[in-house]
Amino acid sequence: MTDITTLEIDTMDAVAAAGDEAALEAVRVAALGKSGSVSALLKTLGGMTPEQRKEQGPLINGLKERVTAALAARRDALKGAALDARLNTETVDVTLPVRETPAETGRIHPVSQVIDELTTIFADMGFAVAEGPDIETDDLNFTMLNFPEGHPAREMHDTFYFNPKPDGTRMLLRTHTSPVQIRTMLSQKPPIRVIIPGRTYRSDSDQTHTPMFHQVEGLVIDKGSHLGHLKWILQEFCKAFFEVDNVKMRFRPSYFPFTEPSLEVDIQCRKSKDEVRFGEGEDWLEILGCGMVHPNVLRNCGLDPDEYQGFAWGMGIDRIAMLKYGMPDLRPFFEADVRWLSHYGFRPLDFPTLAGGLST
Amino acid sequence: MKFTLAWLREHLDTAEPLDALARTLTMIGLEVEAIEDKGKALGAFTIARVIEAKQHPNADRLRVCIVDTGTGEPVQVVCGAPNARTGMTGVFSPPGTYIPGKKITLGVGTIRGVESRGMLVSEAEMELSDDHDGIIDLPADAPIGESYAKWAGLDDPVIEINLTPNRPDCAGVHGIARDLAAADMGKFIDPAPKPVRGTFPCPVAVTIEAPELCPGFALRLVRGAKNGPSPAWLQKRLIAIGLRPINALVDITNFMTFDRGRPLHVFDAAKVHGNLTVRRAKAGESLLALDGRIYPLDESVCVIADNKAVESLSGIMGGEETGCSAATTDVLIESALWTPLNIAQTGRKLGINSDARYRFERGVDPAFMVPGLELATQMVLDFCGGTPSEILVAGSAHAEDRIIEFPVAEVKRLSGLDVPLPETKRVLTHLGFFVAGTGETVKVAVPSWRPDIEGKADIVEEVVRIIGVDRVPPTPFPRGDDARKPVLTMPQVRTRRAKRALAARGMVEAVTWSFIGKAQAELFGSGSAALALANPIAADLSDMRPSLIPGLVASAQKNADRGFPDVALFEVGQVFRGDQPQDQLIAASGVRRALAKAAGIGRHWSGNGEVDAFDAKADALSVLMAAGAPPQAMQVVPGGPAWLHPGRSGTIQIGPQNVLGYFGELHPRALQALDATGPLVVFEVMLDRIPEPKAKPTRAKPALELSAFQPVTRDFAFTVDRAVKAGDIVRATQNVDRKLIANVTVFDVYEGANIETGKKSIAIAVTLQPREKTMTDEEIDAVAKKIIAEVGKRTGGVLRG
Repeated sequence: MTDITTLEIDTMDAVAAAGDEAALEAVRVAALGKSGSVSALLKTLGGMTPEQRKEQGPLINGLKERVTAALAARRDALKGAALDARLNTETVDVTLPVRETPAETGRIHPVSQVIDELTTIFADMGFAVAEGPDIETDDLNFTMLNFPEGHPAREMHDTFYFNPKPDGTRMLLRTHTSPVQIRTMLSQKPPIRVIIPGRTYRSDSDQTHTPMFHQVEGLVIDKGSHLGHLKWILQEFCKAFFEVDNVKMRFRPSYFPFTEPSLEVDIQCRKSKDEVRFGEGEDWLEILGCGMVHPNVLRNCGLDPDEYQGFAWGMGIDRIAMLKYGMPDLRPFFEADVRWLSHYGFRPLDFPTLAGGLST
Repeated sequence: MKFTLAWLREHLDTAEPLDALARTLTMIGLEVEAIEDKGKALGAFTIARVIEAKQHPNADRLRVCIVDTGTGEPVQVVCGAPNARTGMTGVFSPPGTYIPGKKITLGVGTIRGVESRGMLVSEAEMELSDDHDGIIDLPADAPIGESYAKWAGLDDPVIEINLTPNRPDCAGVHGIARDLAAADMGKFIDPAPKPVRGTFPCPVAVTIEAPELCPGFALRLVRGAKNGPSPAWLQKRLIAIGLRPINALVDITNFMTFDRGRPLHVFDAAKVHGNLTVRRAKAGESLLALDGRIYPLDESVCVIADNKAVESLSGIMGGEETGCSAATTDVLIESALWTPLNIAQTGRKLGINSDARYRFERGVDPAFMVPGLELATQMVLDFCGGTPSEILVAGSAHAEDRIIEFPVAEVKRLSGLDVPLPETKRVLTHLGFFVAGTGETVKVAVPSWRPDIEGKADIVEEVVRIIGVDRVPPTPFPRGDDARKPVLTMPQVRTRRAKRALAARGMVEAVTWSFIGKAQAELFGSGSAALALANPIAADLSDMRPSLIPGLVASAQKNADRGFPDVALFEVGQVFRGDQPQDQLIAASGVRRALAKAAGIGRHWSGNGEVDAFDAKADALSVLMAAGAPPQAMQVVPGGPAWLHPGRSGTIQIGPQNVLGYFGELHPRALQALDATGPLVVFEVMLDRIPEPKAKPTRAKPALELSAFQPVTRDFAFTVDRAVKAGDIVRATQNVDRKLIANVTVFDVYEGANIETGKKSIAIAVTLQPREKTMTDEEIDAVAKKIIAEVGKRTGGVLRG
């Protein structure tokens, strides 16, 4: 066995035995350092004959390369082991809960959501959204809508009044969103297509009535729209809103002072204990009132009823929200119980669209 | 309005079954609300005889009855009624019967050890009356085994319609029958009432002193009548629709009210002093009315008075003094016309809802004033006998003629439905209209009983409702060729964005009442008389809210009381500064309570903390920015309104003139006044105060400017007095070079060890963004020196060593 072979075996043993990077470095210095054993062998090449060098050179250089490679390999192994050892100490308990995402815990009230749905549906049919004040005059809430002074129809509305002013007039809380119809007809020229969502008030409070509730009305004024158009619009609306392929509707003659003819609309449904399904079943559920705008109302707004005509409809937003989303009672809408709101409310990113669906 | 099927059939010759009649009623605008068919509901209750009733072996108060139910098999029934006895005839219900008065379905039971297979029932148990003193005791000749309801005449279905206020003519069965006949549901039975010949002049004179309240008044005396119970058929009808039979004379007036929609009044002539005068009441007068209550009167009330006192509230309710009793022999029958508006106002004012008021305030048929009196007279003569006087008429019963020029095409114009003239004519004629002409426009005369018909549109409604709205075909309503533009206004867009932005911060949207209590309104700067309701539904819902905060704080507290203390609620809605439209503003407000931090709600292993002013500040700024407020222009200055903690609140403004809103901790006194507990922070911003953005010609965004040179960040820590605001240090720094200084961030605020008492340390990181070349160290140092000098000058801050 030559010296070179012995040296290689010894050095390789030492490399393998090095337990950490410092020990390995010591092995490297002992072999490849300035006065290392392999370095010493390399230096001997200088004093050799060309023949000797030709024979020994590759042997010695081969030794150096193998030792260098072994050192590198060992170093990588030690580094890897050290990293593994460190990582072993670096654990977190991933089962600990993170904070809930605010966008998942926040909620939009069903009334807001349904107003957004209504807006989406009717905007597609060319309707704008009109609004008006909650505190109204008697004139706009009643008289101009063809509720004559003292007319029994006024008593169908349990009106909240403010105290009389010195001139004897008194303001009231609007009992329906219809005064906005008048405001719209007074402020813009036909053709008119608007929906009017908003808060309304009646001094009534029991299981199914709250002193404040929400209504949405629609108003169309032009020179040719008739009951057939009204039926079509309401059918399209009901299909879109309740997200069903078909909905059977029943139009019944009724009475409202501000429309003539007047109709009430029922939709066919199946009522069961927990839910209402539309487009099937044997029951009729009243959902809205509508009719052709009364000639007196048109006249009150400066429109000639022989030239202009149109229709209007109105329904309870809270009510259609209950029908669609299955809330059994009205009162909790306004009680701000976070349990109710979290359950029946909508996440902020559930924005109703026609492309993506009103509700998902 | 209630009536029975048999009653209807006296005015309508029809073979149609009940469900067809009901369906048609609903489809012509007389919506059927309920049909009560006792014959069906009580079908299982049969007449039975108690063969033997003996003492129950184990109970003193029970009897064991052997009952013959007509099946041939006697049935054993345990009965607790005191009147159960051998030989009596009663009403029996077998096991499986639903007992409406007890809301149970009967089963076979064992009572104190004795089996009972059915029940002998009381009227209360059948829900026929409140009588539960004993079981029903029938005459001995009642047929055993037959349906009790049928035998007792309870099998006439009661129909209730939801009458709209425009149809006083259908406040009588006669009018309902006319509508049904027009809708092909049978033949209308409408004989003209026969006049009753009077044998002497009416001895009581009538003077109408208030013709504006009473256009006409007819009166007649019947002498020598014998009052008493009315015939069974009449009593049965009145009971069926929920009225109590009193005596023949009174029952006749009630019958006329519901049969013909013609309210009448009967006076006991013996109790009337002298003549009658129709006049306005005088202040100080009062009347004990038939309902037993005393009504104070004034000049707005129309009354009928005799020579002594007020005797009747015209068209609303008679007086107790002159009412007819069983002893009445001479009766004055009144049939009058009253001005609807005055009846409505008086009824409302006195709080009387009578069947007469209901009809008079909607308008009764003036042409039927005298025929109605004739009909009533005939009934009095038939039931009570007596001698009638002639009819005395004061004023006039003449109805004005109403003729409408009706273009035949109007039906198509408003309904979209082509109805040929003959069909239009047929419908209108059946309803009592008279149609003249055959051209494009016809003349339509309106019947006297239809006060609701004013013009062409009303005629269209009559035609369409009778031939059926179902025939109107749904017609597509295209949106037209107009460009698709956004339909929402700026305030509407802002409202939507505000709601979604706050919900995205983990807050839950509440909808609270628009009205709050007066004390709460005052606390938030309102409570003015103009915003106080005259008739609030409750004391704590009396004033229009000047702020959303009181409602939200109350809601947060309610949740806390229910065991949910960490709540974050918001509302975007109207607040009121006055009663004019421009005084109604849109506010966005929020409240965070206890541990409902913006970073997360409730206790958490990663760290806890109670809500503070900065949570509310972050909410306020984020909702403002979502709604389009310009971030650069908004300033935050310390302090706010009195309901906020003076040291832990701020005001967000665009210059001192335009305050957008406030945020901070609620003032402890406000908290107490709102009956709430904290910790609780709030914000309120007014969305209407956000300036409108300038309209842009295109949607393109400004070109993106990217600097080729690395930004440089330097940190500075200043020691300043405690009162110095971090915002002032930031602003002083920015002002050194607004172009170069891209960002200033406060990254540390410290008080304590190594800092002098009364001082604090504020550390900022300043980012410089060179745009033309990389900055040299000297240039950077020069800017740093300027920053130190400027901060020192503006705030007295000294760079920490």
